[in-house]
Amino acid sequence: MNNVQNKKRANKSLPFFFKDEFKVFFIIILVSIILLISTFTFDIVPPILNRGIQPATFPKGLLVLIITLTSVIYYLSFKKPWKKEKKLPKNFFLTILSFIFFIIISKSLDFFLAISVLSVFVSYNWGEKRIFYLLLVGIIFPLIVFIFFEMILGLRFPPGIITNLYYY
Amino acid sequence: MDNLLLMMAPLFSSKLILVLLFGTLFGLVLGVLPGLGPTTGGALILPFTMTLDPLSAVILLTSIYCAGTYGGAITAVLINTPGTPAAAATCLDGYPLAQKGEAGRALGMATVSSTVGGVFSVVILVFFAPVLAKLAYEFGQPEYFALAIFGLTMLASIGEGSPIKNLIAGAFGILISTIGKDFMTSIDRFTYGINELSVGIGFIPVVVGLFAISEMLTQSTLLHQVFRRVALKAIKLPTLLDYKLTWKTILRSSGIGSFIGVLPAEGGTVASLIGYSEAKRWSKTPEKFGKGSIEGIAGAEAANNAATGGAMVPTLALGIPGSATTAVILTGLIIHGVRPGPDLFREQPDFLYGIFGAMLIANILFFIFGFFGAKIFARITLVPNKILWPMIFTVSVCGTYSLSQSILDVWIMLLFGVIGFFMRRYHFSVVPVIIGLILGELVEGTLRQSLVIFDGNWLMFLTRPIALTFFILSLIALCFPLLKRKK
Repeated sequence: MNNVQNKKRANKSLPFFFKDEFKVFFIIILVSIILLISTFTFDIVPPILNRGIQPATFPKGLLVLIITLTSVIYYLSFKKPWKKEKKLPKNFFLTILSFIFFIIISKSLDFFLAISVLSVFVSYNWGEKRIFYLLLVGIIFPLIVFIFFEMILGLRFPPGIITNLYYY
Repeated sequence: MDNLLLMMAPLFSSKLILVLLFGTLFGLVLGVLPGLGPTTGGALILPFTMTLDPLSAVILLTSIYCAGTYGGAITAVLINTPGTPAAAATCLDGYPLAQKGEAGRALGMATVSSTVGGVFSVVILVFFAPVLAKLAYEFGQPEYFALAIFGLTMLASIGEGSPIKNLIAGAFGILISTIGKDFMTSIDRFTYGINELSVGIGFIPVVVGLFAISEMLTQSTLLHQVFRRVALKAIKLPTLLDYKLTWKTILRSSGIGSFIGVLPAEGGTVASLIGYSEAKRWSKTPEKFGKGSIEGIAGAEAANNAATGGAMVPTLALGIPGSATTAVILTGLIIHGVRPGPDLFREQPDFLYGIFGAMLIANILFFIFGFFGAKIFARITLVPNKILWPMIFTVSVCGTYSLSQSILDVWIMLLFGVIGFFMRRYHFSVVPVIIGLILGELVEGTLRQSLVIFDGNWLMFLTRPIALTFFILSLIALCFPLLKRKK
């Protein structure tokens, strides 16, 4: 109980731009405004062809609704501040980093190599140090999945340095 | 009589029996593993259903739904962590009872009440879905628009967490559905010159991202969490005294669950919480709740499984999903060329009654598997996250890629994984995004077509009695949380 109260107090004492509610409010509003501006670049249907509403009207309405509702939750947070969330651990950022590696490797080298690298990277960082299990998640399991998709679903995976060895 | 025979059709096909057995077992495994569940599992297995005929595919998905909802109870009782969100209320009394050395009794009651709830809801589905489908013949574009709006507002009012946050998430889901070529004018929206986006964002990358990948990120923050596990010797069937204590609770919760399931919202999760609190309210010994009450387990478990059949009612009769998992089932139907709605009842009754029958059998199968195999399923939770989640990532990536063979889909899945993680972190439910995404096209399409019919006059919506009723219900749904708060 004391811990929760301390956390709430800690959250109250922070400058407003460090508070979770402001960060959430700011990001949603920023993205919504950018999207709202981009709706003004949508092509307009000439009035003679237009029946009903313009293609941009519906997304515009949704974005205005999102902005309004986000403002309401931010306003309500003055009365009832949000509980401060725990700091994200190192492993979270390493997992996000592995996603970035995945995108780079799958685009530039090979789709399956990217899966293997991510699986080994995540498993190792989450505490798995035994070679067999690293091989299991990084090579054996992706290979089984590859064969399954290739043979049963007849799927063709994107070309790459390893996938090409199989296809050619 | 004919319909009863059609319902039993899956029993006479070895292929369908195999699909049912696999679906039930797979559903149980998914339910047992915390963080996974029937929604994620259904989305992951959807690409594999392409090798099956439509009936087998939908039977696979529905059996995963039924068994997965029950499977969550095993983890809830033994390690005090709900395997699925719908089993959260089961932890409250299941784990304390297990700590007293009565894990077998707790799981026995969970198994029996889940089966009764599930079977009860299938009966509701069989009788209620055709009635609703007949009613849907009266629906035109304005009525469908009003109905979709009602579905979205219900999400806000009886969903988990803040109603305003649920509305934002729902609007976000609809917004995602507007990406791509406008269906009426072929004008690009939010495509930013990327050709692949012209066809819009697929449902599977969003679901897998929001459920599986965001859960993987959540697990990365919980690596040091230690589960205290209670040993399970064997499941015990409830005693006569247990039945005497709980039969009313089971029936009441089955009714509550079926009703909540029919409403387009979060189905099982909300149903189990209401089922639990009603069990407590009606109990002669409410002080025992939270300390290992057998009635608490019965109330929560009967309700969450009863919601499965209930949620299938609007999904099949109207094409409006009753829960996140039925949104996946709806996608499965559409992918296989089956358009849910009133015509389906008239044109393909064998298909529909096959699904009903399969759900009934799945409920009996998970009773058998659960009763004899709970000890084995409980061991699945011993698979460490550091091995399990990289494997789930591999299946998620390949499954997402396989549907349209687009690497962009995989990146979209990762992006939604990150979005989903932060949504959950700040207590925005991801379920309204899924429902919004699947209803988005219906909402916009019916709105615009209605405006064409009404010559742009918005007030004409109010001249349609059914549409007006849905708008009034939507308004009540929106005001309900405010009234509840004032109380």
